[in-house]
Amino acid sequence: MSNWIPLWLHKLGSPPTFYRFAGTLQPWATTLALLLGAIALYGGLVLAPADYQQGDAYRIIYIHVPSAEMSMFIYAVMGVASFIALVWRIKLAEVVAMESAPIGAAFTFITLVTGSLWGKPMWGTWWTWDARLTSELVLLFLFLGVIGLYHAFEDRRQGARAAAFLAIIGIINVPIVHFSVNWWNTLHQGSTVNVLGQSKMSWDMLWPLLTMMLATKFYYAASLFRRVRTDLLALEGGKDWVRKIAEDEADR
Amino acid sequence: MGRPRLIPACGAMLRRDLTVAWRRRSDIAMPVLYALIVTMLFPFALGPEDTLLQRIAGGIVLVTLLLAMLLTLDAMFSSDIEDGSLEQLVLSPQPLELLLGMKILAHWITTALPLIVITPLLAAMLHLPTAVIPVLLLALLLATPLISLFGAVLVALTAGTRRSGMLLALMLLPLCVPAVIFAAGAVAAAQQGLPWLAPISWLAAALVLAVVLAPLACAAALRIALDA
Repeated sequence: MSNWIPLWLHKLGSPPTFYRFAGTLQPWATTLALLLGAIALYGGLVLAPADYQQGDAYRIIYIHVPSAEMSMFIYAVMGVASFIALVWRIKLAEVVAMESAPIGAAFTFITLVTGSLWGKPMWGTWWTWDARLTSELVLLFLFLGVIGLYHAFEDRRQGARAAAFLAIIGIINVPIVHFSVNWWNTLHQGSTVNVLGQSKMSWDMLWPLLTMMLATKFYYAASLFRRVRTDLLALEGGKDWVRKIAEDEADR
Repeated sequence: MGRPRLIPACGAMLRRDLTVAWRRRSDIAMPVLYALIVTMLFPFALGPEDTLLQRIAGGIVLVTLLLAMLLTLDAMFSSDIEDGSLEQLVLSPQPLELLLGMKILAHWITTALPLIVITPLLAAMLHLPTAVIPVLLLALLLATPLISLFGAVLVALTAGTRRSGMLLALMLLPLCVPAVIFAAGAVAAAQQGLPWLAPISWLAAALVLAVVLAPLACAAALRIALDA
């Protein structure tokens, strides 16, 4: 029977197995992220034609849109991991949720900075109290709140559970950010990339964007694996498998 | 020994919290004084120009009240944690959600209600037109319970930590953005003579939802925070 999939997933949930698993995949994810990122940057900055209206300034889209997409994607991952951590009390899910938060905050920050750099030539202002901009800013504060709450507790697991609860409360904001351009017709332009239907963008401009989205996903995976591995070592400090790793390292 | 009935237990909880608050009346007066002083600072900072003050009066009153409530939220559970009565609440046979709901109600009565009572004074200090004040009061009557309810959930989450003041602000203020937008929207609409019922209805809908869900979330958060 196909019992091996749930069995494999259960095994993956145990810290030593995940430590080895993430250690194997992490170099691959880093390589793919760098490779795809370089291809996407070359395609976006050199090969893609200039926009008829925005000229070359539109090229910041190749950083802005993938980061914005990642900020919501990572929040969603954090929310799901938090839910798993609270319901099934899986230690690994707590670590994944808490280590996702700084990466997500970084992507949200990049989104806001590139967005305001883009806004200056296009809209004539660095910042405007537009629905999408404001909800992205709220997203940044939610990430910072989760990070802050996690570090406010002496006991790390208790802090992780409390912060996970906060992450679940804040998940209401993600659909608001995502749909805000459709709900409120304000300054921020509507969505151009459409996964299911026809995108409102020529393929020459679109493929570097999609490649960059893939590259950021791999970067997230690589960064998350590295962070989770470090955190697992710290969290499981007294356990046998960590001691064995430490001894192997000392022998080298 | 029969277990005490639900409604008397809730009544006792509410009475206890109100009595405790009444015996420390100066604590109730603090947020009121704070709101008065903060409101007084704005004309000094912006200049006593009537038209400018009129235009921003509604927003200033809203934000001042939000900050005044934020200052008191920190103390919502702290004395109960210190003397151990919160653990007794968690262990009691009555549902924790309802008892916490009573605590939240007591918090709203002791902090938000005095603030709402002085709101006409604050609004008059900033020359808000008299016709708009009822709308402002209505918006506050709906928005302040929302802040109490959201705040209680977050305070419960930070119950296990030592210094939570700034952290609480960082967590609560983003969640309060919708309440501020709708309340300010209603006041602004009334000031321009536009229909203001829609944002008020949104606030009321949010309040109904929060009254049902927030005590549940608060109890869950408290169980996480005390589970050391």
